[in-house]
Amino acid sequence: MSAIASSELRSQAATAPVAASARKRRPFRAPSALPGFGLAYGFTWLYLGLVILLPLAAVVLWAASLGPARLFAIALEPRTLAALKLSFGLSLAAAALNVVFGLLLAWVLTRYEFPGRRLVDAAVDLPFALPTAVAGIALSAIYAPNGWVGSLVPFRIAYTQLGVFVALVFIGLPFVVRTVQPVLADLDHALEEAAATLGAGRARTIVSVVLPILGPALLTGFALAFARAVGEYGSVIFIAGNIPYVSEIAPLLIVMRLEEFDYAGATAIATAMLALSFAILLFVNLIEAWSRRRLGHGR
Amino acid sequence: MAAEQTAVLAAPPPPTTESRAARLAAIALALGFLAFFLALPLFAVFREAFRGGVAAYLAAFDDPDSWSAIQLTILVAAIAVPANLVFGLAASWAVAKFDFRGKSLLVTLIDLPFSVSPVVSGMCYVLLFGAHGYFGSYLQSYGVQIIFAVPGIVLATIFVTFPFVARELIPLMQEQGVAEEEAALSLGAGGWRTFWSVTLPSVRWALLYGVLLCNARAMGEFGAVSVVSGHLRGLTNTVPLQVEILYNDYNFIAAFAVASLLACLGLVTLGVKSALEWRYGDELASGRRH
Repeated sequence: MSAIASSELRSQAATAPVAASARKRRPFRAPSALPGFGLAYGFTWLYLGLVILLPLAAVVLWAASLGPARLFAIALEPRTLAALKLSFGLSLAAAALNVVFGLLLAWVLTRYEFPGRRLVDAAVDLPFALPTAVAGIALSAIYAPNGWVGSLVPFRIAYTQLGVFVALVFIGLPFVVRTVQPVLADLDHALEEAAATLGAGRARTIVSVVLPILGPALLTGFALAFARAVGEYGSVIFIAGNIPYVSEIAPLLIVMRLEEFDYAGATAIATAMLALSFAILLFVNLIEAWSRRRLGHGR
Repeated sequence: MAAEQTAVLAAPPPPTTESRAARLAAIALALGFLAFFLALPLFAVFREAFRGGVAAYLAAFDDPDSWSAIQLTILVAAIAVPANLVFGLAASWAVAKFDFRGKSLLVTLIDLPFSVSPVVSGMCYVLLFGAHGYFGSYLQSYGVQIIFAVPGIVLATIFVTFPFVARELIPLMQEQGVAEEEAALSLGAGGWRTFWSVTLPSVRWALLYGVLLCNARAMGEFGAVSVVSGHLRGLTNTVPLQVEILYNDYNFIAAFAVASLLACLGLVTLGVKSALEWRYGDELASGRRH
């Protein structure tokens, strides 16, 4: 007994100074028996730096050399402004529609059994797997005035803003489904049972118990779908018709500026897009953090 | 017996699920949405490709430009995918098996290319290596061309497919921990032997999963490659760019015929990916288990 106590005391005495120094300054890396950290870590940073960080730094440097006045002047040109408004407005609208149908799809795929459910589940990822140019020409063939859908409706879809919207809904669809699905699958049934025993009807249970829990996942899905839609190029340009001031998206304007060797113009539009996206995603993250706090659980 | 059946029929629906009518309506609406937005475009690719019959479909592949586009796409993927595979293994070994400061910054930076527009990804390289870019005149004086040439296409493809392998491996290797590697080392295996015989076999399906997605994106990338390629027919056109050129030439059957190759690639990718999720779900990172 006393031997154990004294050895404990000794080990405490031995570790105390170490712990104190560790609190002062944590070592760069925790000790490990595995080899190869230096090689793997060094190669990771080298490759990341050369392939990703250096090119992105070029954009930042170019934007900085233009200065805020030039940046604003280019971003506030009427044609650029129209393209930015179109890209951001339609991306937000498409992401919102994707939240509604993404939630429905996630719900149906996790909660209900029906023949072919696994096949449908796999098919949800089609917009990720289908190259964007292929999706673009397929959508424009369907929605063109002489296409399957285009010839049935009394209004034009392709070569209008509606066409851009359709393409953005297509490419954003998997994001909400894939972020909501795991949360819905892990949802504790006891919560819904408790709501039912307390007299809530099914609709009330879904609205006041299930939806608030899915809220953060829905917002994450919204943010991902929005971010993808804003930068999307391949699936949009074929169906959009690219009419200046009407259906011309911001990424297309960047491509056009680069083809004119107007690097300053392209950089300014890209910078404006990044700044706006960042502001919107930050806002969404703040709402998400707030709703997580309100629910009082980590995830 | 009959009374029992009527009793079952008359019982109120269970309180934790929706009524049969609501369920059927939800399934119908969800499937209708998918059929309209996903199945219809996929079907349209093949319908348009075979609009003029099988002979016209096959005739589309007589074009030498289309063949050189296919060759270029395979070449680009054959460089970009192994490069990102090696990076993915190195990054996941460093991130998942060791604890170091600044790890979350590194992981965030690895995911960065996914949040950059493909057009901007291509633009980065134009700003660096283009005629008026930072290194443009320097490269010109040595006669090296990167933009509007194959090296630029490879670089842009590496940029957009950068995170695929690493983001499949990192979460899985973090879950697996270091106990098995430590056991191998204590039994006398060297570092490389441990990696090849212990670590690599236990992540093989996740590795295949990541490579599959990386390859599909590398072969199908359009926006980033479009910016750096210069669209020189027969020289710097990948398959997606060839689709665009044929489509803009109003050569619709050929455009959709070439596009059908990419659609098949997408379908095969989707099929193998789903098979991996169903068959080896417990050997993929937990986010991939459906």
